[in-house]
Amino acid sequence: MKGLTIFLGCLIPNRYPGIEMATRLCLAKLDIDFVDLEGASCCPAPGVFRSFDEPTWLAVAARNIVLSETLQRDILTICNGCFASLADANQILKSEPQLREKTNEHLAKLGKEFKGNVEVRHIIEYLYKDVGIDNIRSHLDKTLDLRVAVHYGCHLLKPSRSRGLGAFERPEFFDELIECLGATSVDYPDKMECCGAGGGVRSALKDDSLKMADHKLSRIKEANIDCIVNACPFCHMQLDAGQEEIRQKTGTDYNIPVLHYTQLLGLAMGFPAEMLGIDRNVTINKDFIEKIERILLSEEME
Amino acid sequence: MSYTSQDNAGISSGVKNACKDIFKCMQCGVCSGSCPSGRHTSLNIRKLVRKAARNSDVIREEELWMCTTCYNCQERCPRNIDIVDAVLGIRTLAAHEGIMHSEHRKVSELLLEHGHAVPIDEENRKNRVEIGLEELPETVHKYPEELEEIKTLLSSCGFDRLLGKKRKGSLKRK
Repeated sequence: MKGLTIFLGCLIPNRYPGIEMATRLCLAKLDIDFVDLEGASCCPAPGVFRSFDEPTWLAVAARNIVLSETLQRDILTICNGCFASLADANQILKSEPQLREKTNEHLAKLGKEFKGNVEVRHIIEYLYKDVGIDNIRSHLDKTLDLRVAVHYGCHLLKPSRSRGLGAFERPEFFDELIECLGATSVDYPDKMECCGAGGGVRSALKDDSLKMADHKLSRIKEANIDCIVNACPFCHMQLDAGQEEIRQKTGTDYNIPVLHYTQLLGLAMGFPAEMLGIDRNVTINKDFIEKIERILLSEEME
Repeated sequence: MSYTSQDNAGISSGVKNACKDIFKCMQCGVCSGSCPSGRHTSLNIRKLVRKAARNSDVIREEELWMCTTCYNCQERCPRNIDIVDAVLGIRTLAAHEGIMHSEHRKVSELLLEHGHAVPIDEENRKNRVEIGLEELPETVHKYPEELEEIKTLLSSCGFDRLLGKKRKGSLKRK
């Protein structure tokens, strides 16, 4: 297996470092060959920067890809937004010679050149396709008896012709990754609906953005679940910090715990909640923390 | 705020180019029906893209920025029109006219200064150390010479000049 570089992006290291720690712990436990992508920048975030100026977006993404090309490793993203930028830019630069030439003119000022010889992966599809459910199962210490509302997030799956992960309407691979930990992925209405954060909406039109999050959270609440599990720190922030923003605005207090998949996987591997940063969210549900502490104290699985 | 007819022609052809597929549209409304933003905001993606094909004024529409780029509309369009790509194209024309939300300008300035749209803060420096990570991540935050590369690159692309552009029009708010 070719080795990987891990691409942290902005939100994981700078707002939810617990997700970074969880990722490092899980990859190490799975014996995956990874190194840091030293000197990486913002992906750059597709919502605003691709909107404003595509050549700029391509050039900054290309520089990140080149850092990984130099190490001759594929890039592992842990965020749907980073995946959207890096995978799309990689594909565009590989297939469109004119844009590649123009981008390389900018990169030449840094003594760099995009060559197009690595792939961009998302941790969810990488775990599912390359690591495999059975392999993951063999590294678990605990059975997580939890009811989970999975949130795929848009850019993991769409645009589907670029992602190649099959139909976006009813995907199952993320649900399978959750269920292999012993948890139940609970179906709920509007499961595939957007959290409302993307496209620069959360930054500029917070109230509109929160209306979408509120709707999604209300559906999840009705499904009687223990926690939300996502694949993207931007969805994570919207669904976590968004709950507090909604509470202040409307008085509705959902109090639903939000975990990135790596944090859920980390729990099933037996790592304590505080090591995974689960107690550092904006929304803290004490009952949930107690529940996972009981699971972690229980006897190891056979 | 005023446009010369020459400006208008340029923007108009730009908008049309961004939405060249729109003539295939049969106005079925699947896009609007699939739009999570449209359920809660005033965004009507069907109307917006239709308007774009005939009126360059679309660059000032507030709704343009309500799209979360979730791609539902584009995925479900029975005519395979690249609707989100058209939205991105129209947004680009708006941004190049200096029409942008102040929050988006701020996020862009953060990228210029720190190489990150969301840079580290004091609280999270502390958070990182408390959970056993280094205070600064292995990104441009830790390597100043790499940050200089980002600044060189953004300047080479003219992104700094784009942000310095004088606003030629304002967003239409409803």
